[in-house]
Amino acid sequence: MRLLISIAITILRAKLKQSIVAAVGVMFSITMFVTLLGFMNGLNDLLDGLILNRTPHIRLYNELKASPEQPVARAWRQEHESADTTVHHFIRSVKPKSELQKLRNALGIMRTLEKDPRVLDVTPRLVAQVFFNVGTTDLNAQISGIEVEQEVRYYMFADYLVQGEARDLATGNNAVVLGKGLADMMAAKIGDVVQVTTATGDRALLRVSGIFQSGIADYDKVQCYASIRTVQELLSRPGSYLTDINVKLKDIGLAPAMARELAERFDVDALDIETANAQFETGTKVRNIISYAVGVVLLVVSGFGIYNILNMLIYEKLDSIAILKATGFSGGDVRRIFLALSMVIGAVGAAGGLLFGFVMQHIIDNIPFVTQALPTVRTFPIDYDPKFYLIAVTFALLTTWIAGWFPARKAAEVDPVEIIRGK
Amino acid sequence: MNIPNAIEVVKVNKSFHDPVTVPVLKDVSLEVKRGEFVSVTGKSGCGKSTLLYILSTMDTDYTGEVRIDGESTAGADKGRLAEIRNEKIGFVFQFHYLLPEFSVLRNVMLPGLKLGRKSAAEVEADAMDRLRQLDMTDQALKMANQLSGGQKQRVAIARALINDPLIIMGDEPTGNLDKKNSEIVFGIFDRIATEHKRSLLIVTHDVDFAARTHRNIEMEDGRVLR
Repeated sequence: MRLLISIAITILRAKLKQSIVAAVGVMFSITMFVTLLGFMNGLNDLLDGLILNRTPHIRLYNELKASPEQPVARAWRQEHESADTTVHHFIRSVKPKSELQKLRNALGIMRTLEKDPRVLDVTPRLVAQVFFNVGTTDLNAQISGIEVEQEVRYYMFADYLVQGEARDLATGNNAVVLGKGLADMMAAKIGDVVQVTTATGDRALLRVSGIFQSGIADYDKVQCYASIRTVQELLSRPGSYLTDINVKLKDIGLAPAMARELAERFDVDALDIETANAQFETGTKVRNIISYAVGVVLLVVSGFGIYNILNMLIYEKLDSIAILKATGFSGGDVRRIFLALSMVIGAVGAAGGLLFGFVMQHIIDNIPFVTQALPTVRTFPIDYDPKFYLIAVTFALLTTWIAGWFPARKAAEVDPVEIIRGK
Repeated sequence: MNIPNAIEVVKVNKSFHDPVTVPVLKDVSLEVKRGEFVSVTGKSGCGKSTLLYILSTMDTDYTGEVRIDGESTAGADKGRLAEIRNEKIGFVFQFHYLLPEFSVLRNVMLPGLKLGRKSAAEVEADAMDRLRQLDMTDQALKMANQLSGGQKQRVAIARALINDPLIIMGDEPTGNLDKKNSEIVFGIFDRIATEHKRSLLIVTHDVDFAARTHRNIEMEDGRVLR
């Protein structure tokens, strides 16, 4: 086999120009494949991260809604020990209580979840509607009370702070972080004091300790963050008052099933990430399909290039094939020579392609890409996953093998007598 | 112990079928002993080259029996036939058929490397030895396409000799050479037969050449005349 490979390489060196053209074809397609997939996946990760990083895998909350069974009907049913729910509701206008937003026994639920082996993190939130009083206008806003340290660790909170430090929010009393849009509307800077009114009419003063930008402008206009304690004090509620429990799982795939389980177990609403962000999943899939398709097409095209060049080479080398056979090389040997030739082209092209692909990824990675929507991004995103390199090499070797196989088989079947006598 | 003949041919028939069936060889039988220098002559189209390619094992489309060194080639598979060619048969063609991308030395070495009985260094020493016998040592490192016709033919002979084959076969090996080079080639063949006791089977239409061989087989219309 070493002899056959050395013959293949000698033939390649004699036809250096054609060999280089074929190898460059492979190299180009590998380069594009690696660059394209790295760039596409970088973008995918970025876009997914925009929402998914900040989204809990499961969110437990109480939806504000009317009771599906009105109290009168329930009382009647219990009194008559009947399962019949079709009875007419004479009183059917009992409205939801504001208290319903509160998660009942929130601390108990959290303690249970923290012991669950599937759970990575349990983070409470307290979300409330407030108004910021700016001059004579009131700006509607949503304030989220958060556990700052956990949010920084599991929900990338610090990444979206364009001014100020997350630490100040955690330690400072009555500190608030405003969305960029909201801060702009109030012309508020760090250190300013803003006045806020709760839905129940209580007023309080909060000090601006930071500004965040999520990349979603509408969200940034109405969102602000404070520590849980600050919001509880603002609403004059006890320390057990929470509206949301955000759960991050070790395996995101378990989210839909576990959401259903938790909803039933704790009698709350549970929203899993896949249901909440189905469109992102679809977008990612479609983009992946497109980039793989383009990449594979590139490789197939380079395969045709190899096929053509090898075919030509075999016609040029008919004499040599005949003489190899006449001196004792079998058809199989000849086939292996040309297959080795093709594989050498493929391997050299693939190696060059990986190198250039890496260089291209680096170049793209260093092109400045500054956008208002993505405050944490300075350059184009690239995913350097070695998986793409592996796929590219596998596909390149596979296509060159197939592209080489047909001409090589033809070479193996050359009848030396015909060539030698034909002169 | 009975040493088999180098070549034995028993009643070989062959026809070309395209476009109509034309018989080329009719009941050809012959034998070549070890150390015998045999020439085959005949008019163009008498089937002498066809016979040679059947004997070379490259053409397998015939009926009858061909034995190389006692081994029948009729039923052997293509891999075995390639091995037989590699080990027992050396070829010299009218056109020189060297591999142009390889050096002279490498051209001579290739069948030896393919045989794989000796290390590359030993094969190289053998190749240099063959080239010395043919007075070609100083050309060893040139590329094959830098040589003259006579030199190429000598390299082809050196290549044919690399594995010490039982039989050297030649299809008009001097057909493309001038008088002087033909003379050199004949001298080499003669020496191979007498000194090295190899069999030679040379197809030629050079009457002088044929007359000086040990035995001349004359063919006409697909039959052996004598």
